[in-house]
Order: sequence, then structure tokens, then C-alpha cells
Amino acid sequence: MTQQTHPYSIELEGISKRFGTVQANKNIDLQVPAGTIHGIIGENGAGKSTLMSIIYGFYEADSGSISIDGQQVSIRNSQDAINVGIGMVHQHFMLVENFSVLENVILGAEGGAVLKQGMDAAREELKRLEQEYSLDIDVDAIVEDLPVGLQQRVEILKALYRGAKILILDEPTGVLTPQEADHLFRILKSLKEQGVTVILITHKLREILASTDNVSVMRQGEMVAHRETSKTDKEELAELMVGKKVRLKVNKDEAKPEQTVLSAKDLSFFDGQGVERLKKVSLDLKAGEILGIAGVSGNGQSELLNVLSGITPMASGEIQFAGQTITANAPKNAAQMRDLKMAHVPEDRHKMGLVTGFEAYEAAVLGYHDSEAYNGSVLMKRSAMLEECNERMAAWDVRPPNPHLKTANFSGGNQQKIVIAREVEQNPNVLLIGQPTRGVDIGAIENIHEQIVKLRDAGKAILLVSVELDEIMALSDRIIVMFDGAVVGEVSANEADERTLGLMMANAWNEGQGAQA
Amino acid sequence: MSQAKVPAWVSVGLIPLLNILLAFLVSGLVFLAIGEDPIEAAGYLVYGAFGYDEGIGYTLYYATNLIFTGLAVSVAFKAGLFNIGGEGQAYIGGLGVGLLCLWFDSSLPLLVIAPLAIIGGALFGAAWAYIPAYLQARRGSHIVITTIMFNFIASSLMVYLMVNWLKAEGVMSPISRTFEESAWLPYMHDIFAPFGFDIGDSPLNLAFVLALLCCVFYWALVWHTRWGYQLRTVGTNPTAAQYAGIDNAKVTIWVMLISGGLAGLVGVNEIMGVNHNLLLNFTAGYGFAGIAVALMGRNHPIGIVLAAMLFGALYQGGAELSFEIPTITPEIVVVIQGLVILFSGALENMFKGKIEGLFLRKAAA
Repeated sequence: MTQQTHPYSIELEGISKRFGTVQANKNIDLQVPAGTIHGIIGENGAGKSTLMSIIYGFYEADSGSISIDGQQVSIRNSQDAINVGIGMVHQHFMLVENFSVLENVILGAEGGAVLKQGMDAAREELKRLEQEYSLDIDVDAIVEDLPVGLQQRVEILKALYRGAKILILDEPTGVLTPQEADHLFRILKSLKEQGVTVILITHKLREILASTDNVSVMRQGEMVAHRETSKTDKEELAELMVGKKVRLKVNKDEAKPEQTVLSAKDLSFFDGQGVERLKKVSLDLKAGEILGIAGVSGNGQSELLNVLSGITPMASGEIQFAGQTITANAPKNAAQMRDLKMAHVPEDRHKMGLVTGFEAYEAAVLGYHDSEAYNGSVLMKRSAMLEECNERMAAWDVRPPNPHLKTANFSGGNQQKIVIAREVEQNPNVLLIGQPTRGVDIGAIENIHEQIVKLRDAGKAILLVSVELDEIMALSDRIIVMFDGAVVGEVSANEADERTLGLMMANAWNEGQGAQA
Repeated sequence: MSQAKVPAWVSVGLIPLLNILLAFLVSGLVFLAIGEDPIEAAGYLVYGAFGYDEGIGYTLYYATNLIFTGLAVSVAFKAGLFNIGGEGQAYIGGLGVGLLCLWFDSSLPLLVIAPLAIIGGALFGAAWAYIPAYLQARRGSHIVITTIMFNFIASSLMVYLMVNWLKAEGVMSPISRTFEESAWLPYMHDIFAPFGFDIGDSPLNLAFVLALLCCVFYWALVWHTRWGYQLRTVGTNPTAAQYAGIDNAKVTIWVMLISGGLAGLVGVNEIMGVNHNLLLNFTAGYGFAGIAVALMGRNHPIGIVLAAMLFGALYQGGAELSFEIPTITPEIVVVIQGLVILFSGALENMFKGKIEGLFLRKAAA
């Protein structure tokens, strides 16, 4: 730490990487001053993850060089990266869930055949690290019992234990509550004070502005700008990211809610392990309104969407919809719910909303494949499907507008457009929409938000589930907060503020604390 | 992002061809090891399979069975199901064909018996596949295990039926009486003879045409009907299928019915086309070879026809080979087949990455 004479702890020169015909990284230069927090922002597919994978040795660059503390190094695999002091915290944690924190940390660095020795030494070292960086974690806790925020700290601890002097965090706040995210940034600050260099990859501008010293912007595989964080602002960064002026607000009029079209009462659901994932959830959804469901992911929102849309049967409770009463004994499956004019944009388009091996025009009829519009008496009407797909691709600006391209080969935003177009074009009475803009770039987000508002203004009822608080607050007319499978609060959109919602999401909200909902 | 296009001819043509070539190269080493000239052996093999009319006929006759079982394995695979029970389904399918022929051969003309027997064979095969399908769909028993077990049950059942019920009177071996000629599917050489074509006496019969029709049926079903859409959805993304309101269990059951039915049609070729009586062990491993054929044929009917022809050629050419060179026993021929399966099935990805990478780089340059 003391001998760090070179001003840059990591320096990239002319890094290029090509996948087939796609130039993922083009001649990238980057200098990260030692002991700073450096943000890298860019849209999805801008090449951030590729660049970090090159630094961490998952990929090898086609050309260019990497220097650590002024020394040119060759990083061919992640072991090389660890050896030169690079640590990485992935978006999806790489932890063994049923191991303790200690066991996870020493995994791959056990130090000898007999565990005991290594464990004891590791425990000492961990104590020291934990205190030095105030990580505040019980090394003997089992990882699966820890909340995600702490699991992330285990990942950080793991990197530090391996001697990381450069810590890369990939979208670290995606799964955190606002409070947990704040805590993370405090930890990063103290890491910085101890001389660790932090590289933070995110698409959340607010975090960049709040926590970094410098920021670099990537667009379409290129590094387009370097800024000192204190000398830039949200608007400039957003513009650099997408290359045009972006509106961060959703334009919409006051909602005019009408009659209730869907009413759920005391919905319960148990998962395969018998854990109660939905605890007597009740809600009313009115025509002409957007009802937002806020909550940290994994608090029952997915289960709620699945039960409402008929994908999984409820354990108890009832749903009133389109003149029908749906109960555990009189269930309706997803196809029947569609027939009642409920459309559903699922949270996870890869797992659920699309078949990535299908060509776009096939994926564009998923769920409606039995409809007369697409079927003759025996064969499917391929030409009708293609024609419709072409029209929708034009109307929704799906790029490339090629109905024969495999769904997997579209970018996230365009995949999402295919899914949303499919569901919205059915002209449903109720639209369930989960994470409408997850993994979607800013230009497309705007477009998707507009479409949702348009549908609302046409008198449709919309249930919006999102873990992006910004999105919930910008779109919703009414907000329900879920925690641990239950509804813990409801606020109208113009009374909602981030702090209240954040506290509710963490179930730390007490009536009378701050603004009354 | 990293999925640029590799030319189609590379993935369906060049790579399988390379794999087969490698299998033959290693086979050549085997021949050298037992002291035979590999070039000479290859010559006999190719001549035996394609060199003269009867040889070609035999090759296509073997291919007929393999097309049926290859399609059977493939259609189930498209729905994400691994049907290892083609052997048993073909066996029971043959039983259905044989029973119908035994019942009706003296009372009905061929034009009636043939469709009846085809339907019967398919139904019997389908029924045999239904039980494992039901167990998988409704009870969660794994279909790989149950279909394998049903092969053994089919085998025992056939022995019991042949010995105790169907054996012809006055013979010492477990075979039924020979059908009347009205229940014989015409041979191809008999069909071509009136037109002045002499294609040599071989067991090749009309069932080959049926096999090709099944390929068309497979193609239309899988890619051009809503049922095919459902089965492909279930096969590639069961969660999306659930989301789309597709009943996975129902799809599992009817796909297995189709799979079993296709396998059952082996009985049409073997029982009605060639043997003209019911007997034991006529399936001779075609059900298992069908797995390799489906794998090698990349689950596409054209690929399956080509792969079936290759395996048919190995059967026929191999027979010729062991006849011409006595030191090359039929077991050595099985080794060659094994190598082909190993290289084109199990090791199919050995070159894939490298060659695709080569083409992608070339395309990008």
C-alpha cells in the first residue's frame, strides 16, 4: 500500500475484443487513479461487462495491454487476475449457499490438506479485515440465512481476503434496498480510505454521482468520455450514454380510475419447500390506473404475478375477474386467463416470456398460438404470423426488423419490445407487467413507459411490478409495497417519496415516522 | 451478442462429415491393428453398401427401420423427452402388425390389410409408449428409466406370447405361421419389374415409402402445426410453456404416443414386408440405433434420412466386409458403428467450436 508510487493502479491501453461480427470493445483506454472509486456507465450492450471480463481474465483481449501499478501484466484467467490483486464481485453472487461465511471465503484458498489450520488462520485474518473495513459480518453464519446485502459483503470479503487491491463491482445495487445500497457505498468509501481502488459498473446515474470520484462512459463498445464526477451531472452523463437528449420523467396526466376490474382477496401461495410465499394478499385493480407493486425482489411479487395470471395455482383466497370467481378449487390456467383478456408481460423474458431458440415471429405468438388468426384447420398460417410480426416490428421499432432472426440474437430491449408488443396488441383489459425495463437501455425505456401510459389512458387496468423504485414512482398512480409475501403498505403516487417507500420495502416503516402515507 | 451466423453448410454438412471421416480414420487403425489393409476393407464396405443393386436395396431396407426409430427418438427429443424405449415400442408395434395380418390375411385384400396393419402397428407402439409417458407426466417417474424397463418387459411379453399362443403348430421354433400373400407388403423389385427395371432381389419393400412419408409428417407436425409449436416450446423452455398456458403433461403424453407410434412402424417393414410371420428379436437393436441416427441427423428429417442411410450402409457393407475378409468378424463391424456413434454423437462438439470460430473470424474479416 505504501509503495504505490505509480499514479494509476490500473491502466488499459487500446483494448479491443470481437465476438464474431460484433465488436464488443473497440480500442478502449482507461486510467484509474489509485485509491479512488471509478464508475463505468453505459447502456446494456455497451461493452462494460466484456471489458470487466477481460480485466478479470474471463476473456482475453484481441489486442491492447493492461498495466497494474505501472507494470504491464498478462491476465489469462481469473487466477492471474487474483494474483495481481484484482477482485470481482459479480452481479450474481458466486457463493455456496449452505456453507458458512468463513468456508465461502477460504474456498479455493484453503491452504493445505488439513482444513483446521487454514480455517484458524483465515478466521484471524477475516477478523482483521472485517474490523479494518467495518464490514460487520458474522463469519460463522450460513450464507443462505443472510440477507442479500450481507451476502454481497461476503463477496467483498472474499476478494479482500485474496489480497485484492482493485475491487470491481458489477451492478452491485440491483438486488439491494436503498438502505442496503447506502451501506454498501459507505463500505466502499472506507475501502477507498484504506487505499483500495474500486471500479463500479452500473447503469444507475444516481449512484455514480453519489459515490464515485471519476466516471467513464461507454457507448457501443467505445469509451466515449471520462469525467470528474464533481464536474458533471445526471443530464450530461445520460446524454453521453445514449448520445441524445433523454427525458428522465414520464409525461402523464392525472389518472381517471373507473370501476374495479380485478379484485384479489386473501391470496396465499406455498412454494415447493412449503414456504409461504404469498400471505393473504388482497388488492383491487381499477380500469384506467397503474397500480405499482414496490418491493425488493424476492418478496412475493413474482408469485403474485404467477398466481394472478394463472401460471401457478393459489393455495387459498379468491380472484374476481371478468365476471368469474377463481379459487383454489375452481382454478383457471394461463390460457384461460388470456381468453378472459388478461395479458401478462413476465418479469423474466428469457425464462418465461420468450423461447430464445424460436425465430422472432414464432416467439411473437407465444400464448396466443392457438388463436384462429394463426391457424388453419391443421397447419399454422405462417404467412399471417410473418405479416403480423412485420407490422408490429415496424410499429414498435424492433431492431433489426427481421422476423426470422432467432429471439436470442436480439438485444434485451428489443426482446422486451417483442414481448410487450405481443401482450399489448391483444388489447387486454388487464395487463400484468413485471420488470418492464429490466436490462433495457434508456432509449427503449422511454418508449416502453409511453406505451404503458397510453394503455392506461385507454381505460385499461395495469399492474406494474418493478424493483426499480424510480420506475414505480414515475409510472404508478397508486403504490403497494410488498415485504416477505405480504402487503405492508399502500400510498398514492403523489404522496410517495423514496425514503418512505425504501423503509416500507425494508419493513422498517412505522406509522407516524415521517410523512404519513 | 456473440451469436453471429455460421453458414448452414458448415454446421449441417462439413462438421458431421469431418466427424465421420475421423471415425473411419480410427477404424482404419483398428484394421491395421488386426493386420488387414484398411483401404481394401473400405473398398469392400463401400462396394457392399452401394456397389450393386441388391446391396443398395439392403442398405435402404436397413435404413427404413432406422428412419422410423430415428424419427421416434427425435420427435420425443424435440419435446425434451429422451425415449430410450424405441426397441420395445418397435417390438410391440410388430406384434400389432403381426396379429392383424394373422387375423385378416385370408379374408381381406392387401389394400385393406395394409392400412389396417400400419394403423395397428402405430397404435400398439403408441400404447406401449403411453404407460411410461403417463408415469412421467402424472407421477413423475423418469421416462429414461421407465422406457428402458419397458424394453425388457416387451421382450419377455413377446417370448411368452410367441411360445404359448402364437407359435405355429408343428414347428419347434417360436415363430407364427407364414401369412397368406395377401398380407405381404410388395417388394420394391416386384413393383419395378413390370416397368422393365431390374433392381435386384432385396428385402426393400413399400415400407420405405411409408418411412419417407413419415419424414414429411414429422416435418409438417413439428414446424407447421400448433401442436408442433407446443411441443417445441415444452422442449426448449418448459417455464415459457407454462406461461403460455400449455399443459406440459398433456404434451408429454401425446408426443410419446407419436414417438411410440413411429417406432411401432418398424413392424410394418419387418413383419409385413420381409419376414411374413411373427417371430422373436426382429427389432435387432434398431430402437437403440435410432438414438444415434436422431443425434447424428440433428433432429431434422433430412438429416435423419441421411444418417439412417449411413447406418444402413454400415450394416450392409459390414456384412459384405466380414464375408469377404473372414478375419474381420461382425464384431469388428460393430466397432466401426460404435466409432461412428462416438465421433458424431458423443463427440460432436469436438471440432464444432474451432471450425465455427474459424468461419466467424473469416466472416468478420
